[in-house]
Amino acid sequence: MTKTFAELKFPGRLIAVEGLDGSGKSTQIYLLKRWLELQGLKVFFSEWNSSDIVKSATSKGKKRELLTPTTFSLIHATDFADRYERQLVPLLRAGYVVLCDRYVFTAFARDTVRGCPPEWVRGIYDFAAHPDLTFFFKAQLEVSLQRILDGRPQLKYFEAGMDMRLSSDPYESFRIFQGRILEQYLGMSTEFNFSVIDANQPIEAQQTVVRELVAAKIDLASFAANHSEKHR
Amino acid sequence: MKPSAPRQNSILAKQRVAVPRPSRRRFYGYGIPNVDVQRLAGKLIVMEGADGSGRSTQIARLRDWLEGCGHATVQVGLKRSTLVSEELNQAQKGNILSHTTLSLFYATDFADQLENVILPALKAGFMVLADRYIYTLMARDLVRGMDATWLKNLYGIALVPDAVFYLNVSPEQLVERNFAKNYALDYWESGMDLGLSREMFDSFLKYQGLMAQEFKKLQAIYGFTIVDANRRPEEINRELQRKIASSVMGK
Repeated sequence: MTKTFAELKFPGRLIAVEGLDGSGKSTQIYLLKRWLELQGLKVFFSEWNSSDIVKSATSKGKKRELLTPTTFSLIHATDFADRYERQLVPLLRAGYVVLCDRYVFTAFARDTVRGCPPEWVRGIYDFAAHPDLTFFFKAQLEVSLQRILDGRPQLKYFEAGMDMRLSSDPYESFRIFQGRILEQYLGMSTEFNFSVIDANQPIEAQQTVVRELVAAKIDLASFAANHSEKHR
Repeated sequence: MKPSAPRQNSILAKQRVAVPRPSRRRFYGYGIPNVDVQRLAGKLIVMEGADGSGRSTQIARLRDWLEGCGHATVQVGLKRSTLVSEELNQAQKGNILSHTTLSLFYATDFADQLENVILPALKAGFMVLADRYIYTLMARDLVRGMDATWLKNLYGIALVPDAVFYLNVSPEQLVERNFAKNYALDYWESGMDLGLSREMFDSFLKYQGLMAQEFKKLQAIYGFTIVDANRRPEEINRELQRKIASSVMGK
């Protein structure tokens, strides 16, 4: 079993949110970030800025529809490794609370749906420690779909899962694809100790649960920005 | 490269082209999803060895020989994928990517060629001549301290070749051949990123020594054929042809 950052004795802690597009996870992690930074804690929200070189290869592959399940998986693993080694590890070594909108579990779900063997995918991401806390925002499939399809009707090829030939209609393809990803998430929930949040609740109710869990799991006082100076 | 006249004559005298016997095919690990390996009729022949070991010369000669015998050929190599070759070249120039990232980038390049060139060519019955394969990629990563189990899983996507030849050249000969070709040593082929020595010549010798050690370990696992490449190109090629004729073509 892959270890968490706390188990590996990193001074920092990593909190990740996972869930379907439209599950409201980005709103929740934003509110969590605001809460932590307004308390004056050393917090960093990872924006996932990858290197130009990796970004260029990924967008070329997507634009020209060059990717197979295997190369889709590998190029995203490359991208993740780049961010992990350049951004996450240094911040966690420096003792930050790092917030991630999606982590390795997104790849586990997505690549498995595309037909890659789950053990192969997990093996590849084995270099990355696991989050100290992973929130999974569990919403009804129809609600998530509606939120996405109402707001952003132009679906991209891979985003809609068009490469899997599920349907010639991008919207129908997206529905089937998201449904299968949800199944994968639900299957991983126990295995990876997800903290499941009922995403059908009001924003405030969800945020209350999130903050309570974070406070219970992480010694927030030790992440005060001026903490290290005080102890000198 | 032009084949010598007598060799060509002996080939051209024959009009009947032998169809190679089918191989028992498998992937090293999980492989590529949705590929029926039994439908891959062609043959995959891999040439491994350091820069300056004569891989491209040997491949050019093998191509002449195979085509002369009536077999269609395709050549592949590292860093030649449509998907990431350009970016890999850039990354090497700047040395800006960390180990895991660069390793996965190379794996992406390999997978792209495997799926878009190697497998379709084999399916169509071609002889695929690969200028290096996963073993070089693994050896480079192993020298840099990457985990062997992790690499084994990653490259479990690779198809087991019909033959793998490792052109073994002493480090001293390699230096000479590199100077003869480029008048300079390559940064990566000298392992300068490892900090083995600040002097390139020393670093090259140390790095090539480490690579040879890793290849020896890989040879024990993957069982490729080691060829003494300190000899003349014609001599080496005759040995390769003999081995391919008996083990790959099944004559």
